[in-house]
Amino acid sequence: METLHSVVRVSNVTKTFRMGKNELRALKGIDLEIRAGEYISIMGPSGSGKSTLFNMIGGLDKPSSGKVYIDEVDIAQLDAYELAWLRCRKIGYIFQTFNLIQVMTALENVTLPMIFAGVNNDTAVDKGIRLLEMVGLGDRFRHKPSELSGGQQQRVAVARSLANDPSIILADEPTGNLDLSTGEEIITLLKKLSRETGVTIISATHDFKMLNVSDRVIWIRDGLVDKIEDRKDLSISIGQIGDRT
Amino acid sequence: MPRNSLNAGRVERLLVLPFRKSLEISFQSIRARFFRSFITTMTLVLAVSFLAFVSITNDIANGMLDSGKAEFRQQLIRSGYDLDEEDSRADSSPKQRWLIILSLLVCAVGIINAQLMAVTERFREIGTMKCLGALDRFILRLFLLEAGMQGLVGSAVGALGGGFFALLNGFWHFGSAVVPYLPWTDFSFSLLIAIGTGCTLSLLGVIYPAVVAARMQPVEAMRAEQ
Ligand SMILES: Nc1ncnc2c1ncn2[C@@H]1O[C@H](COP(=O)(O)OP(=O)(O)O)[C@@H](O)[C@H]1O
Ligand SMILES: [Mg+2]
Repeated sequence: METLHSVVRVSNVTKTFRMGKNELRALKGIDLEIRAGEYISIMGPSGSGKSTLFNMIGGLDKPSSGKVYIDEVDIAQLDAYELAWLRCRKIGYIFQTFNLIQVMTALENVTLPMIFAGVNNDTAVDKGIRLLEMVGLGDRFRHKPSELSGGQQQRVAVARSLANDPSIILADEPTGNLDLSTGEEIITLLKKLSRETGVTIISATHDFKMLNVSDRVIWIRDGLVDKIEDRKDLSISIGQIGDRT
Repeated sequence: MPRNSLNAGRVERLLVLPFRKSLEISFQSIRARFFRSFITTMTLVLAVSFLAFVSITNDIANGMLDSGKAEFRQQLIRSGYDLDEEDSRADSSPKQRWLIILSLLVCAVGIINAQLMAVTERFREIGTMKCLGALDRFILRLFLLEAGMQGLVGSAVGALGGGFFALLNGFWHFGSAVVPYLPWTDFSFSLLIAIGTGCTLSLLGVIYPAVVAARMQPVEAMRAEQ
């Protein structure tokens, strides 16, 4: 097998929030290495620092110390234009609350990142329709987010995250606002994407349904990596996981 | 990309969005939020129409004075103009000027307030756009374009409305005898000044909220309640 390079490398990252006199250490020194094409779940109880880590990896927030490398580029060194390029082309984001732009239709939401990337309008529309068809919303592209169900909105968000063929998809609790079966559909969709396109998927979650599809699971507790498990180790302890839900 | 020459080709710089596309997005944004835009613009319409009304009423009075007819002078004095024997111009009184300044100030405050609210409502949208690769300057441009369009339409409506009522008011007081002496060039100047003032106010009102919004980190913006 070819040696896979690490698409994301997190090196001793800490994040401290200051609220008045109080300091809250949300991340206390995280080290991670994620290889291209992996499906990673970051698991941990609520408040353990998953979203904070998500924001660091995605270049949406700056660590208090430590470094984040995307494709071996230290993202703290990027200027505004390079960072925007990274967010636009390299990374696709999926959020718990969908974060679609309410005043735009499903199709416009999906084409927006392509427009930002300088793709011409016709090409963007063609690809947007194709992506929406792929997530099973081929007949809904003129609908506004408010006219779609939660699961459908999240599908639009998945399509949007793929707009510029990113090498990484970051998902923060993508099933957090969905019911059981809709959540499962989204997980299946993500797995299918990871298999078909080879995109790296990093998903923060406390949804145990994610475990079955993950190549590796990174357990986080109190801002520290608790343990990292490969899938083969997981299947051994799957009974325990069932108990833990 | 000299900065990352070691990893050449991996990170590039994002292009700046073409102007026409920004225009499209901001136009659509106004349309989708028609009611909110309408409220923001209404303050401007009122202030600009007041400004246009006052200056066009004065233009009419000046046109009448320029005609040199004594009865016009009498009519103007009767209708409240404070004209001495030798006065050849009917300028706005200090009181009127005060009113105009005051109304424009109130309008500016109103617009800043409305825009602050409108921008705050959109923090989440701004954060999302930044995640998708929007540059600060794009966000800024979006808001300036929206304010510019609102300003243009709002002040045009206000100026034309104010001018129309000033004419109506003139006929009411002085009858159709004034028609030949109406200074149309002065009218268009007054309208242009009113529209220009309106656009400037609209842009001034949005600058502060827009700069704040544009400089926000994506996470901060998205944390805001929708
Ligand atoms: N902007 C912030 N300001 C202050 N504290 C924060 C902020 N964001 C997160 N935190 C705190 O950091 C900790 C980790 O939060 P988070 O990363 O959101 O956890 P998770 O996503 O695992 O639920 C929590 O205690 C949370 O209250
Ligand atoms: Mg979270």
